[in-house]
Amino acid sequence: MTLEPVMEVTVNDLKHLLSDRAAEGDTMLLNMGPQHPSTHGVLRLLLELDGEIVVNCIPDIGFLHTGIEKNMEAKTYIKAEVMTDRLDYLNTTGNNLVYVMAIEKLVGLDVPPRAEAIRVLIVELQRIASHLVWLGTHGLDLAAMSIFLYCFREREMILDILEMCGGQRMMTTYFRPGGLWRDTPVEFEAAVREFIRIFPKRVDEYEALLTRNPIFIDRTKGIGVIPKDKALEWGLTGPTLRGSGIDYDIRRAFPYAGYQDYEFDVPTEEGGDVYARYKVRMQEMRESLRIVQQALDNMPLGPVNSANRKFVPPPRSELGHSMEAVIHHFKLWTEGFEAPKASVYMPVESPRGELGVFLEGDGGPRPYRVHFRTPSFTNLQALPWLSEGHYVADLVAIIGSIDIVLGDVDR
Amino acid sequence: MTDPLALLGDWLLNLLAQLNLPPGLRQVILYLLGVSVIATVALVITIFNTWLERKIAARIQDRLGPNRVGPWGLLQPIADAIKMLTKEDTTPAAADKVAYNIAPILAVVSVLLIWAVIPFTSQWFGTQLNVAVLYIAAVGSFGVLAVLMAGWSSNNKYALLGAFRAVSQLISYEVPLFLSLLIPVLLARSMDISVIVEKQATLLEMYVVAAPLAALLFFISSVAEVGRTPFDLLEAESEIVAGYHIEYSGFKFGMFQAGEFMHTFTIAALTALLFLGGWQGPGVAQAPILGLFYFMGKSFAVYFVTMWMRSTLPRIRIDHMQALNWKILVPIALTLLMLTPIVDYFTKDLGVLFSAFGGALTLSWRFAALLLTNILVTLAAIEAVRRNAKRNFVERSRFPERPVARPPREEAA
Amino acid sequence: MVTNLLTDYWPILVLLLVSLGFAGIAMGGGLLLGPRRSSARKQEAYESGMRAIGPGTRQMPVRFYLVAVLFILFDIEVIFFLPWAVVFRQYYENGLGAFILLEMLVFIVILLVGYAYAWKKGALEWE
Repeated sequence: MTLEPVMEVTVNDLKHLLSDRAAEGDTMLLNMGPQHPSTHGVLRLLLELDGEIVVNCIPDIGFLHTGIEKNMEAKTYIKAEVMTDRLDYLNTTGNNLVYVMAIEKLVGLDVPPRAEAIRVLIVELQRIASHLVWLGTHGLDLAAMSIFLYCFREREMILDILEMCGGQRMMTTYFRPGGLWRDTPVEFEAAVREFIRIFPKRVDEYEALLTRNPIFIDRTKGIGVIPKDKALEWGLTGPTLRGSGIDYDIRRAFPYAGYQDYEFDVPTEEGGDVYARYKVRMQEMRESLRIVQQALDNMPLGPVNSANRKFVPPPRSELGHSMEAVIHHFKLWTEGFEAPKASVYMPVESPRGELGVFLEGDGGPRPYRVHFRTPSFTNLQALPWLSEGHYVADLVAIIGSIDIVLGDVDR
Repeated sequence: MTDPLALLGDWLLNLLAQLNLPPGLRQVILYLLGVSVIATVALVITIFNTWLERKIAARIQDRLGPNRVGPWGLLQPIADAIKMLTKEDTTPAAADKVAYNIAPILAVVSVLLIWAVIPFTSQWFGTQLNVAVLYIAAVGSFGVLAVLMAGWSSNNKYALLGAFRAVSQLISYEVPLFLSLLIPVLLARSMDISVIVEKQATLLEMYVVAAPLAALLFFISSVAEVGRTPFDLLEAESEIVAGYHIEYSGFKFGMFQAGEFMHTFTIAALTALLFLGGWQGPGVAQAPILGLFYFMGKSFAVYFVTMWMRSTLPRIRIDHMQALNWKILVPIALTLLMLTPIVDYFTKDLGVLFSAFGGALTLSWRFAALLLTNILVTLAAIEAVRRNAKRNFVERSRFPERPVARPPREEAA
Repeated sequence: MVTNLLTDYWPILVLLLVSLGFAGIAMGGGLLLGPRRSSARKQEAYESGMRAIGPGTRQMPVRFYLVAVLFILFDIEVIFFLPWAVVFRQYYENGLGAFILLEMLVFIVILLVGYAYAWKKGALEWE
């Protein structure tokens, strides 16, 4: 059997990316990823190593490129929404939220208060779920094996709640322009209350395993330090930014979906290292739970969908007796609604940072341009700078601490 | 009560005598039988341990573990072995074929050879060497070679990194390992493991009483020697994928795994023998077979600790690993090595401190003084480490922490 | 008694042969039972799914040699300790305790001086 011809890459071809020592064979080039357990998906890092110390780290992205942004231009506004789930697959409802809110902003659609409260509740649950995956994999990267399974045990409860609402564990597409797909089922409240009851103790459990564990502190403190000014220069957002001591959270800075009505703290840490980012996320889980609690306690009653039939399909019960409803339904699902020739930018705070969508309408039923400003992509830019001079073992911790999702990076 | 094992031995001797074989051949057959039993026991325990480890890790992690193959998943290791046997055996084209193929053999053989000198009961052991401790140290070092050969010959950069780490870790930790091995030798005045065990006749005569710190040092450095969490740098999955055995597949990989499992149990057994009194326990004088259960019980207790550590602790980093060895373990071991004979010398004429339960709990002045020395050394070491620590020990705030409450920010205009 | 006869080094040699036999059978079994569908692609070194750039075997960084030298320093010393540890009690039972203790303390002190020198020189730092 012969090899199909493959372009052989030599050190010389990569000269512009590497240090001078690479050509002399002093340093070793190592591919870390795409098939590597701790690059969190299919991130490829080309490492230039001196022994075990990273001299250069060159991220190579695009292995998970799906062309979602372009594809969305070919679909109507409502139908394109299912694709947003696939962006950051740990924050599916958050992606839905930013997209439907951009549509609502573009066409000027009202959302009933109950729908907003449920949205906040679900998104905060999703934030906890996303942080749980982060904590589990971050722990696994540092070989703390059990924490991974503990985190996934609790995440399962959240996924069950999502399945209860949207019929799907991950790709829910539960939020729709003007409200929700449908109201929450009867078991919803009990399930969320049960989660609120057990979860604080579980977070204590995780912290008992890691927060004061000397090995964990040794592995994370002083590793991958991002100073304040650098964090701003790189355009970092989310816990990665707040770990450097900058109090910026879109939920507080530019409140959306009624976040101004909830009482919560925005945790920050001064350290700027992996440990600081760990602590920020741990506290964020507790804060998110506070928001969930408030949303559940003060849940307004009423419809979960806007009454504007031009944008929101009528409920099924109306289809049997209202000709108008049938027409609306037919028009919405075949043609879709038309959005004005205008553009909007809508940011939300995803578990990873500022998730923004730029949506441009051209007067037709399909978006002219959809662009996502994804936090993972922006935060990933800091990785080469962060990892220089660290050990390979630290690199793994740093990748974990900036919490990237490759679906979010590549789109 | 007679020892069933001894009965079996006598029966075999008689059988061989009836066959009219030349004496030399009879001897060889006896060796073969005895040694095969030992090798089988070691391998069966290893196979059982893979199941046990998965099951216990599963319980720690709140899941079920293997439960499909056989009752409670007991046949899982067999299924694993069959799977590995029927996997393709690949060799990288650029590998050094000879070293590549010898390495897994060496990994198993080096561990299995240690079992020759392990006494299961007062009667039952492969061989009684008067330099058993030296033998263990010598044979155990072969394992390093296996790892190094595997990493180097694979012609793979991850394996190479694993080999680099292995060299620095395994040979570094042999120093405190040997130094702490010396303490039981000092106390027992013998390098013969059977003698060392015999000297630890009662509960308070176990060397873990006289030398708890040495026992701890021995345990820590043996865990590092095996390369298990938190010292699993040589095969750190999340960093260098599988380290030195990354290119191995099929049963060659299986042999590295078997070697590691066997080695882990071996160090547990050695800890039990050297510090916990091995097969000693109530009633062994009357029924030596009981010793087997005591020995296994103690070994599994130590083995459980390694499993527990494995599912709890994160992995240590290479420079910390080196610092722990050279700056903490080695000085402590050297201090102990200096103090133990001195204390031993000055307490040699003192008698029994107290005795209770008809001698079942007897603490001599010698052991009490040694225990006190160990405690003092431990405290001094902790204080020295604390004073010189680069690490921030301020992490002592109330737990769990609550975030600082901040005034809500002004609405963005 | 079967066990008391095995008080020799012979059992170790036999055990060596038995374990080699086990290893041989296991590896032979693997070769025999496993499929053999090798290809040039399969025989490449694994490097996270990408083709390797540059050779796979390299010079070891010099700090590993430093560790090796330190190891030899200490390991040889430990071998000297072993016989001493066995006999020192006999000495002081014969009234020579102070002598043998002092002798070994001098030895350890020399070792400690070397150790302190290595520490001072930064040989124990992993950089």
